[in-house]
Amino acid sequence: MEYALIIISAIFVNNVVLSQFLGICPFLGVSKKLSTGIGMTGAVTFVMIIATLVTWMVQKLVLEPFNVQFLQTITFILIIAALVQLVEIVLKKVSPPLYQALGVFLPLITTNCAILGVAIMTIQKDFNLMESVVFATATAIGFGLALVLFAGIREQLDLADVPKGMKGTPIALIVAGLLALAFMGFANLA
Amino acid sequence: MNQWKNFSKGFFKENAVFTLLLGMCPTLGVTSSAINGLGMGLATTFVLVMANLVISLIKDVIPEKVRIPAFIVVIATFVTIVEMLMQAYVPALYDSLGLFIPLIVVNCIVLGRAEAFASKNSVGASIVDGLGMGLGFAMALTLLGSVRELLGSGKLFDISIYPEDYGMLVFVLAPGAFIALGYMIAIIDKMKKA
Amino acid sequence: MNGCGFTTKNITINNMATIDSSLKNMLLTLLIITAISGTSLGFVYKMTKEPIAAAKAKKQQKAIKLVVAEFTNNPAEDVVELTSKEGFPIKIFPARKDNQLVGVAVETMTNKGFGGDVRLMVGFKPDGTIINYQVLEHKETPGLGTKMGLWFKTDKGNQSVLGKNPGTSKLTVSKDGGDVDAITAATISSRAFLDAVRIGYETFMDNKNKIEKGAAQ
Repeated sequence: MEYALIIISAIFVNNVVLSQFLGICPFLGVSKKLSTGIGMTGAVTFVMIIATLVTWMVQKLVLEPFNVQFLQTITFILIIAALVQLVEIVLKKVSPPLYQALGVFLPLITTNCAILGVAIMTIQKDFNLMESVVFATATAIGFGLALVLFAGIREQLDLADVPKGMKGTPIALIVAGLLALAFMGFANLA
Repeated sequence: MNQWKNFSKGFFKENAVFTLLLGMCPTLGVTSSAINGLGMGLATTFVLVMANLVISLIKDVIPEKVRIPAFIVVIATFVTIVEMLMQAYVPALYDSLGLFIPLIVVNCIVLGRAEAFASKNSVGASIVDGLGMGLGFAMALTLLGSVRELLGSGKLFDISIYPEDYGMLVFVLAPGAFIALGYMIAIIDKMKKA
Repeated sequence: MNGCGFTTKNITINNMATIDSSLKNMLLTLLIITAISGTSLGFVYKMTKEPIAAAKAKKQQKAIKLVVAEFTNNPAEDVVELTSKEGFPIKIFPARKDNQLVGVAVETMTNKGFGGDVRLMVGFKPDGTIINYQVLEHKETPGLGTKMGLWFKTDKGNQSVLGKNPGTSKLTVSKDGGDVDAITAATISSRAFLDAVRIGYETFMDNKNKIEKGAAQ
């Protein structure tokens, strides 16, 4: 598949949050302020690319040669959990400012289903290594785009006069629905 | 806490979806029909009960610092078992749930219950907790799936209620998932206050 | 609002653990748990391997029966495995009645779907007319992609592809100048569907001699 198609499809057409329903929790959880949204995006991008790279190699070099693909779920989630820890430790040592910016988000990432989801999807779609990395990067950008847009809207929403029963979660979900509706407009791009 | 209270809290008071807002990804992702919602709910229930059972059994022999990785291994094991069993015996459901079956492993309800309940309570109580939480989750998913299927395609559990042409397709699609859940949470909040 | 990941934030320290967290203990525990889990998974894998294969074979049988006319042979035994011009693996199941080729069920695919691969079983008469089809696998948007299963069978407007011959009709969506109405709001899925049909048709026609020859044996 062409890289351009992978990128456009992952960012707009099959947006990870708004059409694949992966990573909804951080999408709803850390989108109250634009700055935290951006921080979360950074951490997700970082981990998603590394995790996809490592899980892809483990799949091709270990699971497939030994014919134990049924261990995929368990292996991938352990790799992701270990990677998150590792990234945290390395970041703390190597780049304290970056750690300060992303640190609080890292522990939350293990249970972000977008990371595991993307790792499994690259295998299902039979991508090669380069395509996998491009796909992971584009997915992370798509995640960031949705999160930043949503956070921006929610900051404005605080000022809006929302009916009493709809305040909080309900109106946030409906706004997310409208955003998803808008993203459906990209359907004919790819 | 008596066992009945322990069991029933998952349905209303501490319902994972409507009250705690946990496990949103499968909640939104697979509820395009009532059957899918129910299937996903029951698969998750199985994992919850088994993981709670095993974790409450081994809780005393796990060193503090590796608790989370150990829990993840236990959960992932049962998720893989469910995946293989579904592929063998309910292939149609397996196909329609797709990616969301392996993703049960990152459903925070499961790890959340392991951490907050099974690692502190007896085996019996943990099983009851898992069952209640799981069935509460299944109920929420089935309810949301029914609403979306009925509004979107005029069917309920695949039985035609009104002609499909009058259905609002958007409810079966991604935006409808968010919107339907938003309204349902608002309604349930209202009911709780009343 | 309480997001998923936030459960890990409120980790309560469990004082019940009687084993201390020395490196040896930690490694040993994880090793034992992983070993037990690996073994039990291997066991379940062995146990479900046959039922999974059987479920897949049954699905294939059912699809073949649906898409071709009555036959007396076992198409799954006579399968011809080919590669399309695009490089996709294509399986052709010849359906014969009294040693006469009455149709073929072609397991075809494309990677042009909205979410990746779309796999179909399409039944053709020997002259290439489409008898029936079934969607085997797709990763399209839930709800929309599922519509493929019925849309192109419904006799309404120019939706149906049944009874049409890709050799004589233009089986592309009307947006691209073809004769088929695309599924409302799912042009890409519709294109992918028709692409898979075309690939199946072409592969069948290119190898028709080989398949018909099989009948004479």
